[in-house]
Amino acid sequence: MNNEILYTDTHEWVQFLDETTVRIGLTDFAQSELGDLVFVNLPEEGDELTAGETFADVESVKAVSDVYSPVTGEVSKVNEDLLDHPELINSDPMEAWLIEVENVSDKENMLTEEEYKKLIS
Amino acid sequence: MEKKTPLYERHLEYKGKIVPFAGYLLPVQYETGVIKEHMAVRTASGLFDVSHMGEITLIGEDALENIQRLVTNDCSKMKDGQVKYSPMCYEHGGVVDDLLIYRRGEGDYLLVVNASNRHKDVEFMKAHIRGNVEFKDISDDVALLALQGPDSKSILELLTDGDKLPVKYYTFVDNLTVAGVNCLVSRTGYTGEDGYELYCKPEDVIKLWDALMATDKGLIPCGLGARDTLRMEAGMPLYGQEMDENISPIEAGLGFAVKFDKGDFIGKEALMSKEVSRKRVGLEITGRGIAREHCEVYIGDKHIGDTTSGTHCPYIGKPVAMALLEKEYTEIGTQVEVEVRGRRITAEVISLPFYKR
Repeated sequence: MNNEILYTDTHEWVQFLDETTVRIGLTDFAQSELGDLVFVNLPEEGDELTAGETFADVESVKAVSDVYSPVTGEVSKVNEDLLDHPELINSDPMEAWLIEVENVSDKENMLTEEEYKKLIS
Repeated sequence: MEKKTPLYERHLEYKGKIVPFAGYLLPVQYETGVIKEHMAVRTASGLFDVSHMGEITLIGEDALENIQRLVTNDCSKMKDGQVKYSPMCYEHGGVVDDLLIYRRGEGDYLLVVNASNRHKDVEFMKAHIRGNVEFKDISDDVALLALQGPDSKSILELLTDGDKLPVKYYTFVDNLTVAGVNCLVSRTGYTGEDGYELYCKPEDVIKLWDALMATDKGLIPCGLGARDTLRMEAGMPLYGQEMDENISPIEAGLGFAVKFDKGDFIGKEALMSKEVSRKRVGLEITGRGIAREHCEVYIGDKHIGDTTSGTHCPYIGKPVAMALLEKEYTEIGTQVEVEVRGRRITAEVISLPFYKR
């Protein structure tokens, strides 16, 4: 399962860096639905996240949207480039990860790429 | 069931994201996105389908007298070919709608109203009209395009006799042939940019749209999203946000269009006697975040008003909001806090408009 990318039905992508560490971002579908992003509110390193709960919000010109954590764990890295350049999520959503979470102890049910594609089609 | 404008198929062709708005299916944005559409209008030109707007004609020898009573601005000195902006108020001073008044000739006026208020306006006007005047809601027989941005003039010159185009802001020319289509062309808009609005028959508007898009001058189609960010940046009020039946035009900062010395009009007494305790201001969001409408504004623990609109404005590149605040806190430079999704963010009262060309 190393480095495999999984998806949530709330349109986040999740990459397992190892058994208990993940990187989380927004899917291409999510960024395209949101439109031009102009603001991202991210947690801080050390924050505790709970699977299924909101940990960030992203704002496009027109609307604000919550981002949900698919895992329970502790924020170990924050992609601070996004604070000044939220548009990176629009231009390359797989590259523009939001946070990394370590000590993952619980996780939501996740979808494979195929299942996710079915969901958004 | 929402209606489609005659340009619905074009919106789909240009990959518009369609949303219901004021009873119509309209694009909130096209493929390029709100920011690029917004920037096109500030730096080149953008084309909007605003066929959903309502059009009403008032014709007859008592037309002017009726308009003078219906609206707060003074239309008595208007000449043929002039346009005037005015709120229309209830007896209690709240706003029914804000509209544009076109004088086509003596006793011949065209009123352009907000789509979302069309039916309410028609009822209100019908109830107050008297004397020798014919009132007609012609909205379904009129399509409307807004061509906005600094290149708009040179684009139109490719499709019509440029010498005949209206020269001054808030003037218009009727029966001008643009790309073979008979139009009423006014130098007006809702973007804070130079531009035109072109009224024509619904069956002609696709031809007009296609001719404009084919000029190859960098013109791109723009949706409701950019229309909103552009008017915000230009500090222009929107009915239902900056004014409504509970907000007077004076509070909304539209005192310039309320003329107490013109004679009687509906709402005059209330507007003259009521003490004005609130005022519309511009806010620059200095903290991190974006305020939207209906956010509470504070100084310390004191709730001093609410935002009426707010967004990130692409051209000035920062989040701003408009708010209705208690008058004593409306001084430029006043530091306030806006509550956004349970979080307080700092903001400063700044002068309107946020952008001026």
